[in-house]
Amino acid sequence: MTSKLLEIKDLSVEYKTEEATVYAVNGLDISLDYGQALGLVGETGAGKTTSALSIMKLLPAGVGRVTSGSIFLDGVDVLGSSKKKIGEMRGNTVSMVFQDPMTSLNPVMTVGDQILEVLKIHKNLSKSELSKAVDDMMEMVGIPSYRKKEYPHQFSGGMKQRIVIAIALVCEPKLILADEPTTALDVTIQAQMLALIADLKKRLNTAMILITHDLGVVAQVCEKVAVMYAGEIVESGTAENIFSGRYRHPYTAGLFGAIPKLDEETRRLETIDGLMPDPTEKVEGCRFAMRCKYAEDDCINTAQTMVEAEPGHFIRCAKVG
Amino acid sequence: MKFFKNKLLQMILRRIIQSVIVLLFVTLLVFLVMQAVPGDPIINFLGEAATPEQIAYFTALFGFDQPVLVQYFRWITGLFQGEMGRSVTFQMQISDIIFERLGTTLLLVIPAFIISVVFGVAFGVIAALRRGKFLDSAVTFFANVGMAMPNFWMGILGIYIFALTLGVLPVQGFVSPTQDLGESIHRLIMPVIITASGPLAVFTRQTRSAMLEVVRQDYVRTAEAKGLDSRNIIIKHQLRNALIPIVTVMGVMLGAMIGTTVLIESIFVIPGIGSLMITAIRSSDYLVIQNGVLLLAVAVCVCNLAVDILYGVIDPRIRDAK
Repeated sequence: MTSKLLEIKDLSVEYKTEEATVYAVNGLDISLDYGQALGLVGETGAGKTTSALSIMKLLPAGVGRVTSGSIFLDGVDVLGSSKKKIGEMRGNTVSMVFQDPMTSLNPVMTVGDQILEVLKIHKNLSKSELSKAVDDMMEMVGIPSYRKKEYPHQFSGGMKQRIVIAIALVCEPKLILADEPTTALDVTIQAQMLALIADLKKRLNTAMILITHDLGVVAQVCEKVAVMYAGEIVESGTAENIFSGRYRHPYTAGLFGAIPKLDEETRRLETIDGLMPDPTEKVEGCRFAMRCKYAEDDCINTAQTMVEAEPGHFIRCAKVG
Repeated sequence: MKFFKNKLLQMILRRIIQSVIVLLFVTLLVFLVMQAVPGDPIINFLGEAATPEQIAYFTALFGFDQPVLVQYFRWITGLFQGEMGRSVTFQMQISDIIFERLGTTLLLVIPAFIISVVFGVAFGVIAALRRGKFLDSAVTFFANVGMAMPNFWMGILGIYIFALTLGVLPVQGFVSPTQDLGESIHRLIMPVIITASGPLAVFTRQTRSAMLEVVRQDYVRTAEAKGLDSRNIIIKHQLRNALIPIVTVMGVMLGAMIGTTVLIESIFVIPGIGSLMITAIRSSDYLVIQNGVLLLAVAVCVCNLAVDILYGVIDPRIRDAK
């Protein structure tokens, strides 16, 4: 196998309900080295969370289905693995920080027990070692360990997210999937949380996929960035490529236009007109064409491929290069 | 933990005081109703041939000639001294009869309750996990049958099938377990199962819907993301959260079961508190009725208190709110 930590190739995911089939992810490619952080950016419904859930094989049973592609994580074929093997990986090799800390903790279990639970499954430690590991982890995320006997409702939102992060990190996984970890939090807490995540990532040398729709967040933490739109990646590269590269996908440009700038007097933020294409329909050409001000007839009819605009900087647009 | 215990004690104390007030109202209500209902236990007891002198003598002996309020206060003060009064019909201390009868009823109700909780919760969990599949439909169907079919009808059907046709179980009757344990169990099997059937159906449905409620919660996904196996996810994360509404129903059902064994006790001729009440009502033995109703009210209060304590044990949020 390659020395890549994560290698996703041509991944497609569908949600099948009685009314319609939703094509959530369409031909996704992601590769990630050990210790690397990737920012997965895009608006709501772009398929970011679905991609992350696929890596953990956590797609809602009976509804979500991977229709094509492969996922290799740390050399293991995720999609082809048994339930038992996946159980061993979850929480241990790869773990997830969910969006809403208010609901992602079990309300009737002490936070200490919730952290302990992961350790108990994956690590063969004595009782005192387990207890010490929980204490250390709590201190590491900034919560005094004497509070481990308390229940989630006794903590604030930011504190709960720290617990969720502690649960995700306690087994020192090789990859963390952070699904909008700061969206549900207060702005001041957001900054704290990002600093915490960046710090822990460095200390534990964990790779990370940070899912967000906030480019500012990405800039703070990630080395690599992938911009997702309507189930596919439209631009990828290093953070530098994306933030200050010579070329930009029109959609990425639109996202940047929607960020307020402090040094300019702006009355109105720029917006991207229109909506994402209906995910229940298959699109032939460029998915962004309908909203793109540079689009020509060709864009609507022919599928776009990723073009290497600069070394390592890929853009899915015919107008680039 | 100490903090919790103090709070728990406070809560229990408060609930006991509340219960005492409720029970006082119950005594007043039942006493007044009994006074208003026609019928005289003395006449019933002595029969048609009794002379007016005899009736007057016994009426005075039992204190029924006293003013209503005096009778009420004599009853209440008696209760505080552990005296329930004397039954005209049985010619015994009521406390002697009633607690023995209560014991018999509990011998029927407690096993029935345990069976209905264990199997009801288990069936409900299975149905929820197999939602929409054959097993779910089967469980739901039987739960609906169990709820729709009155237990006296099930009793008659059970006697017909298992006692009269197959001959594996006795038709009726009761033997005390201290007398002959094997025979006692043998005779209790059918009434216990029939008493359990209704509540079992209720618990099944309640558990099923409570489990379906929690199955899509975020914390269940968190548990999956930890790599827990499904057994642990179901027990530790789903069921523990689903238990709260189930416990509520448990309290209500246990209280109701003690009150509604009347029919089962009649059909199977079991000398429990239900059949005692029927005898007492037939002979207008109102002191027995009063005390019986009071005892049932106490049982309901105890069940409610147990539910409230259990809430706190299950849900830390409720524990803190109290």
